[in-house]
Amino acid sequence: MLGLAQLFAGRLVKAAAILITIVVLNFLLVHAAPGDPAMVMAGEAGAADEQFVAQLRAQFGLDRPLTEQLATYVGKVVQGDLGYSYRQQRPVWDILWERLPATLLLTLTAFLLSLALGVLLGAFAAVQVGRWSDSAITVLALLAYATPIYWTGLMLSLLFAVELGWLPAFGYETIGAGYTGLDHALDVARHMVLPVVTLALFYMAAYARLTRASMLEVRGQDFVKTARAKGLGPLRIETRHVLRNAILPVITVAGIQAGQLVGGSILIETVFAWPGIGRLAFEAVLQRDYQVLLGIFLVTSVMVILFNILTDLLYGLIDPRIQVAR
Amino acid sequence: MASLPQDSATPAVPLLDVRGLSVALPDGADRPFAVEGLSFTLNPDEILCMVGESGSGKSMTAHAMMGLLPKPHVRVAGGSLLFKGRDLVTLPEAEQRRLRGGRIAMIFQEPMTALNPLMRVGDQIEESLRAHTALRGAERRRRVVEMLDSVGLPNPAELSRAYPFRLSGGQRQRVMIAMALACEPDILIADEPTTALDVTTQKQILDLIRSIQARRRMGLMFITHDFGVVAEIADRVAVMRQGRLVEIGAADEVLNRPRHPYTRALIGAVPHGISHRPEEPRRGEPLLVAEKVCKTFHVGGGLFRAGKPVVAGEDISLTIHPGETVGLVGESGSGKSTLGRSIVGLIRPDGGRILFQGTDLLSLSRRGFRPYRRAVQMVFQDPYASLNPRHTVGDIIAQGPVAFGESTARARERARELLRLVGLDASAAARYPHEFSGGQRQRISIARALAMEPKLLVADEPVSALDVSVQRQVLDLLEDIRKRLGLAMLFITHDLRIAAQICDTIAVMRRGRIVEMGSARQVFSDPRDGYTRSLLDAIPGKAWQIPAELRQTQAVAEAAP
Repeated sequence: MLGLAQLFAGRLVKAAAILITIVVLNFLLVHAAPGDPAMVMAGEAGAADEQFVAQLRAQFGLDRPLTEQLATYVGKVVQGDLGYSYRQQRPVWDILWERLPATLLLTLTAFLLSLALGVLLGAFAAVQVGRWSDSAITVLALLAYATPIYWTGLMLSLLFAVELGWLPAFGYETIGAGYTGLDHALDVARHMVLPVVTLALFYMAAYARLTRASMLEVRGQDFVKTARAKGLGPLRIETRHVLRNAILPVITVAGIQAGQLVGGSILIETVFAWPGIGRLAFEAVLQRDYQVLLGIFLVTSVMVILFNILTDLLYGLIDPRIQVAR
Repeated sequence: MASLPQDSATPAVPLLDVRGLSVALPDGADRPFAVEGLSFTLNPDEILCMVGESGSGKSMTAHAMMGLLPKPHVRVAGGSLLFKGRDLVTLPEAEQRRLRGGRIAMIFQEPMTALNPLMRVGDQIEESLRAHTALRGAERRRRVVEMLDSVGLPNPAELSRAYPFRLSGGQRQRVMIAMALACEPDILIADEPTTALDVTTQKQILDLIRSIQARRRMGLMFITHDFGVVAEIADRVAVMRQGRLVEIGAADEVLNRPRHPYTRALIGAVPHGISHRPEEPRRGEPLLVAEKVCKTFHVGGGLFRAGKPVVAGEDISLTIHPGETVGLVGESGSGKSTLGRSIVGLIRPDGGRILFQGTDLLSLSRRGFRPYRRAVQMVFQDPYASLNPRHTVGDIIAQGPVAFGESTARARERARELLRLVGLDASAAARYPHEFSGGQRQRISIARALAMEPKLLVADEPVSALDVSVQRQVLDLLEDIRKRLGLAMLFITHDLRIAAQICDTIAVMRRGRIVEMGSARQVFSDPRDGYTRSLLDAIPGKAWQIPAELRQTQAVAEAAP
């Protein structure tokens, strides 16, 4: 366990260095885009004279040299201050904190569901390889994988919300209903079904295909023959010997996807009007709300790095060889 | 070879009675049956060696006995496998599973991959006990430790908690044996169990298998292609070819008075104990001088910590003269390949000098080294992995010269000439590597190396992946080329019999050092180092002399692709 702690500490130090680099790069990237918040705000206010814009810029600190702005920003981020959105007249951290739970609820549920179902279906297909159930799963997975997410979302919403009226078509909760406690949870859950299924279907397909392919490959290896030669039953061979070894590449991909929990939800949140980080990002781009945008980037990067470390730790737990190869 | 049971005087009911066994291959295979009309018996307390070249159906037979054929593509098409009177072929799967691993156990060739990398070795042995015995948890664990102890592994209790990657090849094979014997089977099938091991480890494993077999009076079916091993352990020998049994009889009969022409050819191709070719006189200045070459690898490690150092080369000094063949022998991990690769420039040593015609290759820049890439060429061990499967053979051979400025047309023409030189048809240039057999691919590898017109050829185990008869052909080819082109060669091998045959000078390596170097005759007849002696001692079947009339038999013709 000492080895694991050491590994973890080492990774954290590296992560901090990577994070600072990302903050700087993001800052420069955002400022490379044409237009700034002062221009957009002045435009919206309908008073686009030079003086007003210049005044706004001075107020936001946008008239300072870029290097100075960068130094101020990085200095604040290091202290945990993500800045202030002049657009919304609130600290960025408050805005993010308000939106983050909705996004995580949606994407984490979809992630866990897709991983569980994907591995299960993939393993089943691999065991049944060549039979009709294998073909059915493979075709289903291909279909789910090839259909764009927004299309699946729109069609599901059309069927279950508009035509059948079973589920709400969009939003996070029934506005104005004032539910509390269990009723509120149920209400949110009903709203979650369609976006979660849409998102999960896509990733489930990827996991199912990967698990199936990986299991078929592992099954051809020598140690599986050894297991059969020992006279073990098929269930034990498939679970203890085949699946356990086949799960490693699945974990790699799952780790990458887990990093996208925050950043990858823009499309689905737009389709289902889900009040999360994804929609916030979309709006922030349109409004040139630099501070908010940078805040979102930062949170996304932290998530990616965090899940990378978690993936590596998980790898170390499953595969004993990793600790030595470190 | 103690008392030899006569083939005719078998007990009333043999342990295993195979009658007319046929195993069908899927449509489109190179022949309809992997095994055809095979009949033999295996008795208690008997070692039956099954020999033949790759593809002869030996392994298929073993897999059929275990019910491990890759169904549904390969299946038993006819005949019966009677184990104590019960036919394994018609037995329901559940019954078969009870016998498999319980009454009939098997050891495989490749100890490095035959164990589940994610499971502790003790748990893997325990699985077998759980499947076949009524022992409880604590009893099972005690039995596991007992088994590991009985196969001669140190610290069995601790070792049972280790993962396979911590163990060496020899140790893993011992674990496999412990696993196979855990349920005290009546029959043990060993499919080339020592082929992937070093000579000294091979000797230990053979001794172990034989002593356990004798103690438990098991029927042992031992599959091998090595007649030295056969001579060492067999009571009876069965020779297979293309799925058919060509000869079966007492070991003494088959080894010393083989009747079938194929058996005679096979035995004729075996490297003959220790024999030498006429020595090449040393001429002129040394072509290559290696001086105090050192190389240490760091296994593992990362940004914040150094890895574990593994010394692959320490003060290695070696001289090669034009036209001379220097053999580098030793066990795996002794640093042979590291030295070979350093000379070719694939690895950069940490220290020392490698002088090629007086120029220190290690002091040269990348650009300065380039001309020498031509002069030193390498032939790799695995002919299946060392040729790019997406390129035609002609391209593979022509690429080197083209990279050094030769016109494509000229290089292609030369490639065709070289293919003829190595005994292939010039039309092979238009085909892809997968269309050739292992031996033919190794010829292509040699042609590729020769295309660069090298002065020195580094051959890293060039024949160890090939069958005996094919081995012989490739060695003959190398010998012929050496004579014709006056090529110097560094020949890396773990097989002392081969080294003896084709090398002028032998360097014996152990743990990154050369422990002995001298003329082949001196090293083999009068070894000075204790380690060299133990290597020579471990050659299997030393006591057996190949029948004199077979020594000059030509090698068996290589099968067409």
